[in-house]
Amino acid sequence: MLALGQDEIAKYPFLADAGQYLKDQGFSLEQFGSDPDLKQLIKKAYDRILVAADGKIYKSDLDGDHVSKEAALPREVFSFLLAIVLLKLSGMHTLIKRFALAEARRAEKYLEKDLANISDESKNQLAIRVIDDLFSVQVEKSDDYFIIPVSDYLKHSINFHEREWKLINRHVENGQVFLSPHETVRLIRKELGTYINSKIINAKTPTMIPGFEDSVNKLVSLSKKFTTYTVTTGEYPPCVKHAIDILEKGENLPHSGRFMLATFLLSKGQTVQQIAPLFKNAPDYNERVTLYQLNHLAGSSGSGTQYSCPSCEKLKTQNLCFATSECDNIINPLQFGRKKK
Amino acid sequence: MQESDIQFLENSFKKYYFDHFDQIKVPERTSEREFGYQKFNSGMTRHIAIKDDRELHLMLIQNIPSDVYCSNAYYTFPNLPMNEKDWKEADLIFDIDAKDLNLSCRESHTLSICNECSEISKNSSQCSKCNSTKIEKKSLPCKNCIDASKIEVSKLSEVLIDDLAVNKENIHVYFSGNEGFHVYVYNSQFQKIGSRERSELTDYILLRGAIPETFGMKKLKQDRALFPDFDEKGWRGRFAKQVFGSKSKRSKIITELLANGYASFQKTLDDVSENIGVKIDPNVTMDIHRIFRLPGSINSKSGLTKIQCNDLTKFDPYTEASFISDDTVEVFANCPIEFKLKNKKFGPYINEKITIPTFAAVYMICKKLARIA
Repeated sequence: MLALGQDEIAKYPFLADAGQYLKDQGFSLEQFGSDPDLKQLIKKAYDRILVAADGKIYKSDLDGDHVSKEAALPREVFSFLLAIVLLKLSGMHTLIKRFALAEARRAEKYLEKDLANISDESKNQLAIRVIDDLFSVQVEKSDDYFIIPVSDYLKHSINFHEREWKLINRHVENGQVFLSPHETVRLIRKELGTYINSKIINAKTPTMIPGFEDSVNKLVSLSKKFTTYTVTTGEYPPCVKHAIDILEKGENLPHSGRFMLATFLLSKGQTVQQIAPLFKNAPDYNERVTLYQLNHLAGSSGSGTQYSCPSCEKLKTQNLCFATSECDNIINPLQFGRKKK
Repeated sequence: MQESDIQFLENSFKKYYFDHFDQIKVPERTSEREFGYQKFNSGMTRHIAIKDDRELHLMLIQNIPSDVYCSNAYYTFPNLPMNEKDWKEADLIFDIDAKDLNLSCRESHTLSICNECSEISKNSSQCSKCNSTKIEKKSLPCKNCIDASKIEVSKLSEVLIDDLAVNKENIHVYFSGNEGFHVYVYNSQFQKIGSRERSELTDYILLRGAIPETFGMKKLKQDRALFPDFDEKGWRGRFAKQVFGSKSKRSKIITELLANGYASFQKTLDDVSENIGVKIDPNVTMDIHRIFRLPGSINSKSGLTKIQCNDLTKFDPYTEASFISDDTVEVFANCPIEFKLKNKKFGPYINEKITIPTFAAVYMICKKLARIA
């Protein structure tokens, strides 16, 4: 674990060991529920969750890089730790996810600022170490850029769907990718969210503490707001229709196209037996091979991995995308025709 | 394939394996690799672990495989089923195949063999005799195919060395034994990356999925200064050389590009990608569990050996990769295209009985264009 200064814990509270921090400060959870002065902090924690649930970033009492008032620092950390206690007590996973994401974006802002801080070497060194320790990305500074090995870049960038994150759209030189401080931090956003999320999930759930009930109950009813229902039209997306057309005409569909078609239909719940006849017209049709491959994709043979349908981005690069306006910016064919109600 | 042909190929392959043990060496870290082989007219046997050269040679002599493979991946338990192997890492591999290069010469030396009636006709998608569309294509690659593939290998090496910091000594190039080249990269920063990461890497090498902004073209607030310069590294530099041609034309061409607009630039980019992107087969590179043809083994699509090319420019597969004997043999040949092997010209043969050296007979029988008389 990194040795953190006062300011750092306020900026990156998820790095602190929660229980240890409270103990070091000489507090117990029960005190927060009973002491009228400390009770305000539960309200603060509740607000912090509320802001996150709204998809916004919690505005802290931090003034620029520094804690505005001496007393603000512990409040800042306490509200984070208490928010986790409230979330655990409510047991609402949608809220935990939203909170983790919002906190990640909050931390992201500080990381970016610290990285770009040229006047204080220790600040950008800390940010570099946080990124290396938590996410095994080796960042080096080179003039105005941050450079990271291509292999490290790829491990994170593959989770992005936007084209500008493709390696081809990056400045690559000598085995390194060149990034701005903003991009460096953006690269690990998802992992930062996942990290905070897992810290919350793995935290022990305390038994209900007197004085916490109100806020917890409010959170439970709040989380109901976020349950959504989706309906699908059941129609196939144009890429899948195209693949079926090709096969029906007895023309050759490349391996990547067959892979897409099979994984798509498997994900839609069709069985191997239902899908296999589609390939009958293929110029190189062989029933035994087709069944073997379909079973492999379904995960019922071989490694047991169930293969998922490739993303729209991937299909574009394979010339298998025939997007229409109905695709409506989906990122995977499986989302086609899905409407939120 | 008929029994006598299989017998003949097996005998020829066996003789090669027996006489050329020196050509066939196990790769480094042998015991962490998975081996596999195929026999004529039979499925794949894989998940085999091998200790050393001796065990490999024994396997070859005992089974006389048509094709032999070895993983580029390293496992703790290479002989267990896939999900129990415990994948550790994998060398980066690339396949460059003349058939993927859209070469104009292909038409003239590709044959169509009908799966239904066995009729052999010049390249078409339908059998000229029975109209069946179940066609197997066979190609007798020419010098142009090999030269074009070599250019792709050189382009690949450049991207690997300049952009991806791979050491030149860690790039090994092999003739695939048929129509192209296999490139291995050892000890790079990419040893441990998975399949999705490798897929992204292939898009980079293929110059696929690029957006106009990367090369300086924006939808709004266009700016001439964002276009690449001649001496820039990576794809921007290569783009500049390809599109501007010379430094003096840069300014004029940028004006044209800006005038033609964003959508047109995307088309320019697609053309550039087609021209300067490295034409590797992405599916090979992204497969981290593949067993790949073993260096030194015979490719049963041709009877030629997969051998390392130390001097790529001079390398001629049709003189250097044929190790089958010169003894003559009598075959029925239906090979309407001429080909050259070991500096001798053969064909065209139209349904005729001929006496030719074994290496030429093996080549044609592997291509299903001849059978033992």
